[in-house]
Amino acid sequence: MQGKTLILGVIGADVHAVGNKILYHAFRQAGFEVVNLGVMVSQEEFIEAAIETAAAAIVVASLYGHGELDCRGMREKCQEAGLADILLYVGGNIVVGKQPFEEVEIRFKDMGFDRVFPPGTLPDAVIDALREDLQP
Amino acid sequence: MSLVLLIDFGSTYTKVTAVDKEAKALLGTAAAYTTVATDINEGLEKALADLRKILPAAVDLESAQRFACSSAAGGLRMVTSGLVPSLTAEAARLASLGAGAKVVKVFSYELTEDDLEEIESLKPDIFLLTGGTDGGNKACILHNAAILSQCQSEFPILLAGNRSCAKECEALLAGREVYRCENVMPKMNQLNIEPVQNKIREIFLHKIIQAKGLSKAKELISGILMPTPAALMAAMELLAKGTACQKGLGDLMAVDLGGATTDVYSMARGLPQGEDTVMKGLQEPYAKRTVEGDIGMRYSAGGILAAAGTDKLAALSGLTPCEVEELVEYVTSHTDVLPGSPGTDARLAALDFALAAAAVETAMTRHAGSLEQIYTPTGPSYIQTGKDLREVGQLVVTGGAIIHNHNTAAIVKQALYSQDCPFSLKPRKVNIFIDRRYILAAMGLLADKDPDCALAIMREELEFHGA
Repeated sequence: MQGKTLILGVIGADVHAVGNKILYHAFRQAGFEVVNLGVMVSQEEFIEAAIETAAAAIVVASLYGHGELDCRGMREKCQEAGLADILLYVGGNIVVGKQPFEEVEIRFKDMGFDRVFPPGTLPDAVIDALREDLQP
Repeated sequence: MSLVLLIDFGSTYTKVTAVDKEAKALLGTAAAYTTVATDINEGLEKALADLRKILPAAVDLESAQRFACSSAAGGLRMVTSGLVPSLTAEAARLASLGAGAKVVKVFSYELTEDDLEEIESLKPDIFLLTGGTDGGNKACILHNAAILSQCQSEFPILLAGNRSCAKECEALLAGREVYRCENVMPKMNQLNIEPVQNKIREIFLHKIIQAKGLSKAKELISGILMPTPAALMAAMELLAKGTACQKGLGDLMAVDLGGATTDVYSMARGLPQGEDTVMKGLQEPYAKRTVEGDIGMRYSAGGILAAAGTDKLAALSGLTPCEVEELVEYVTSHTDVLPGSPGTDARLAALDFALAAAAVETAMTRHAGSLEQIYTPTGPSYIQTGKDLREVGQLVVTGGAIIHNHNTAAIVKQALYSQDCPFSLKPRKVNIFIDRRYILAAMGLLADKDPDCALAIMREELEFHGA
C-alpha cells in the first residue's frame, strides 16, 4: 500500500480527538500516506483534501451519535466533485442509541459508503479492508 | 556621510528619499509625477531637483547609491491558477500578493478554452501555475499546462505545483519561458510560499523591468529591486521583528488606503486563543498581504458604498443618504479632488471621513480571520478560519486619505474589534503610527541593505498618534 493516500477525520461538530490520533498512527505504520484533518471536519473539507492529494480513500469517523446526519449526501458530493469511485469508509458510534448494527450498515451502504465499521473496531480491521479494497 | 537614495516609482508619484546611513538619519523626501509614458527619468529628475532644494548644499546626490522599487506601468500583474479554490488556488494567490503582485485573476480547476481567451486578453506579466500536493493530483495541472501551451501571448510561466509531474508540465510547455520551483502547497493545508516569492522577484528583476520600459532608469540606479508592495511588506516585517541589535514593535498590522485599492498587511501568527477553538483551512502566512480592489477613496468610492451601504456612510458622515450618494458619484468622477486638500468644503470632508472609516473597516474585516460558533453535545465550540488578530497592538497607517485626515484615530476606531461583530477577529486596541512622509517603501528597500538603519529611521519618523 506504499504511497496510497487516505483522508482521515472526525466529521461534523464532533471533537473526539483521541481515536483520531490512534487511527492516524496505525494507518501510517501500515504504510499509507495519511492526511489527517483532525476533528470537526466538514464533508467539503474531506472532499477538497481528496481532490488535491488524489487520495484513494476517505475514512470518516464519528463518535457522538450524529454521524447519520453528518454523512448524508457525501457520496453525491464526491460524484459531483469528480471522485465518483473514491472509497468511502465510516466507523465509530455513528447513530443515536443502540440500534442493530446490521440495519445501520445497510443504511450507510445505501448512502454510498463502501464499508461501515461498528463501535469497538480495531484499526487492523480497517487496514485489512483497505488493503483488500485497494488491490490493483 | 554614507548617502543612499531610495526611489519609489509609484503609479502616480515618483518618490525619492535620501538617507545618511552613518547617522541613521533621514535627510529629506520629495515627489514628482511618474513619467512612464515618455521617459521615466524625467519624473525622477524633477523629484531629485526638488530634493536638492531642501538638502544642505554639501550633500552630493550624484555620489549616492541608488535603489528603487516600482509599481509604475500597472505594477506586477499576475494571473494564477490552482486546483481547489480554497487550497492550491488560494495558496497561489497568497504567494503572489505577498510578493507584491497585483493579482488580476485567480483560476481554479481545469482551464477552459474561454479561460484561455481571457488570459490572452489579460496579458499578465507572470502566470503562476499550481495544483496538487506533492504526489497528489496530476490531471489538473497537466491539463492546464496543455491549455497554456496554446496561448499566443508571451509571458513567463512559473510552475509551482505537484512535483511528481513538474517535468511533464515543462515538456508540455516546451518553447515557452518556464520557471520551476517548489510546490506552493506541498502537503495538505501546508503553505510553502517563499520559494515562489523569491522566483517571482527574480523574474521581476530580469524580465518585467525591461518589458515595462523601466530599464531606462536602470543605468542610473543600482537596481529596481522589487515591486513597491513587496518593499512595504519588507518594511513592516522589519518593524515587527526588529534586528539583532534593536527590538521591533512586535505583532502589527498596516493599512495603505489608496484611491483605487486598499492594501492590508499583518505581521502575526494569529493562532487560535481558546482551547475550545479549532483552526480550519489553509495555514496562514506570518507576513500576509491582502488587496481590496473594490475599496478606494476615489476610483473605488462606489465599492465602499456598495460594501458599507448608504445608511452607514450617512451615519458616519452626518450627511443625508441623498447627499452621500450624490457626493460619492462626484468623487468617483473627480478623482483628482484629493482628500484633505485645502479648501475642501465641509460636506466633502465629512464624506471623506466616512469613506475612509468604512474603507479601513471593510478591508480589515476581510483581512482578519473569523470565528464560527458550533453547538456540540459538550457545549459551544468555535471554528477559526484565518488569523486571530485581536491581540495585535500596533497599527501603521499610510496613504493620502488617511494621513491627511485629522481624525485618523476616529477612522481607525471604526475598524477595530467590536462587540457588534464578535466573530470578526480584528485588533481590540492599537497604538497608531502614521507614515506622514511616505517613507515605508523606501525603508523596505533599505531593509535589504542596512536593516538597522531602516528600523532606526522608521522608529524615529513614524508618528505616534495615540492609542
